[in-house]
Amino acid sequence: MPSEPLPLSPVPHTTRRTPLSGFGKSLRKHWQLYAMLAIPLLYVFIFKYGPMYGAQIAFREYVPAKGIWDSRWVGLDNIHRFFTNYDFWRIMRNTLGLSLYYLVAQFPFPILLALSLNYVKWNRFRKTVQLVTYAPHFISVVVIVGMILQFLDPRTGIVNIVLGIFGADPVDFMGNPAHFKSVYVWSQIWQNVGFQCIIFLAALSSIDPSLHEAAVVDGASKLQRMRHIDLPGLMPLAVILLILHTGQMMDIGFQKVLLMQNPVNLITSETIDTYVYKIGLLSQALNYSYATAIGLFKNIINLILILFVNSIAKKLRQESLW
Amino acid sequence: MNAKVREPMGDRWFNAINLLVLGLFFLTVLYPLIFIISSSISDADAVVSGRVWLWPVGFSLEGYKAVFEYHKVWVGFANSLFYASVGTLFNVAVTILAAYPLSRKGLSGRNLIMFLFVFTMLFNGGLIPTYLLVKDIGLLNTRWALIIPEAMSVFNMIVMRTYFQTSIPHELLEASQIDGCNDFRFLWKIVLPLSAPILAVITLFYAVEHWNEYFNALIYLNDERKYPLQLFLRQVLIQNSVDTTMLDLDIKQAKEMEGLKYLLKYGLIVVSSIPLIVAYPFVQKHFVKGLMIGSLKG
Repeated sequence: MPSEPLPLSPVPHTTRRTPLSGFGKSLRKHWQLYAMLAIPLLYVFIFKYGPMYGAQIAFREYVPAKGIWDSRWVGLDNIHRFFTNYDFWRIMRNTLGLSLYYLVAQFPFPILLALSLNYVKWNRFRKTVQLVTYAPHFISVVVIVGMILQFLDPRTGIVNIVLGIFGADPVDFMGNPAHFKSVYVWSQIWQNVGFQCIIFLAALSSIDPSLHEAAVVDGASKLQRMRHIDLPGLMPLAVILLILHTGQMMDIGFQKVLLMQNPVNLITSETIDTYVYKIGLLSQALNYSYATAIGLFKNIINLILILFVNSIAKKLRQESLW
Repeated sequence: MNAKVREPMGDRWFNAINLLVLGLFFLTVLYPLIFIISSSISDADAVVSGRVWLWPVGFSLEGYKAVFEYHKVWVGFANSLFYASVGTLFNVAVTILAAYPLSRKGLSGRNLIMFLFVFTMLFNGGLIPTYLLVKDIGLLNTRWALIIPEAMSVFNMIVMRTYFQTSIPHELLEASQIDGCNDFRFLWKIVLPLSAPILAVITLFYAVEHWNEYFNALIYLNDERKYPLQLFLRQVLIQNSVDTTMLDLDIKQAKEMEGLKYLLKYGLIVVSSIPLIVAYPFVQKHFVKGLMIGSLKG
């Protein structure tokens, strides 16, 4: 590579004039970049925007043989059918209840773990804890649910054996609808606490060290430093993460819930996503349109929630961080 | 900070409690993992009667023998290896093709194109329309159904783009343009060799996703010979259906079937995680790094 540019070579950036001719120029100059983009763009158009177009069958009575356009237009009938469905409120309550429970229950743990890790000087131990607590994140959802079933087995599961030692009667966790949410939430926390703490660890390492130095000079104890420096330093991030997660309330871990379901706990375990799957793909009757309508209802609420929540997060960020 | 200075009493209490809290986290996460491994190499009797609580009781490789004989597992293993390797290669290629052009500042229409990608993270057509699309274009029950519909994750693309923007010096581009290097060549010869860390991270993200994926296989495939490992795991671990014709049982063993089933399950959990267990210690720090880059602009 030459150490200095040749004097006669064209300068790339200053040639842009009006936006229109600018685009033409850009196309000619960067045609290779646009060519690269062709494949990913084609992909999102077909596989992401395609289904958005297909989602109009929510407003039709879709018959595969007729295709989308020739299926009868029924307007909001399908949505209406869902709203008036006997199961509607139960499903909504399950979905939101599970989300809220998880959101609230998981909140303190990654923060606590990060704070705790941050004050351990013994490096080997610290590394080992990180290695082990991050690991479950990579276990597949099928295996996690398999493990849950083994551990909670009423007869042979270790949890019930331990309960037995303390004289308690065995609990059929998976067979009792009342326990479903807790089993879901706490296994989820177990699996993800380590990975979620990573982002808090990063935030801790970005706290200005001079604050700690000054506090040490003033004779602050570690506990005081944790309470008055680290915790306030993490709070903006924690609040923003919490807000952002509320934006995904309707999207509770569908794949795991589906695996954990059994006929007995369905009363508390049926969520919107699993319902759509069953109505649309498992049931014998042709329900494509109805299931699509339910899914679309969920996705639209999701979109509104995310946009709303993002604008709040943005405002907060401007006020509290910068 | 200054280890030589003797710490005040309060801080020593703090350290002790802190270690205790951390130890609790550590053991809570570790215990189930150890329990699984211990159970998988214990006697069937001990497992069923609940005598295993931490370390193996007795020693038996019956569970692993059962896993080995359960040939569906190997079909699944081979399929999953295929999906994970071919799928990941495909994913990474498509992701680069999107991430690199979008990392270039001078590109007209960049914001619009970026918006088209990001919007798919916020909204999607839903399960049924996606399924119908895959069905209509004839991918149903083909191996491609697990590869093409998930060709790229926009999140990973953004992570990679952020890396390109922040880690490839602009001067390199200018210098090579002056030398008459075109964009394809620049990407291939300069950008990619400089991006080994992010390529590793993204590859791992995709590979783990493929290895752990079951739902798409569940809805798109109905031919068992194409099933990934996770679907067979689901049969055994979740639906509790073990195809006993595959286990070479004599009468005595048939009696012990119940116990053997348990061992098979624990053995399966361990065996199916082997690729991850082997790779994990080496890649852990890359994952962390990837998450950092992602959260920077996420």
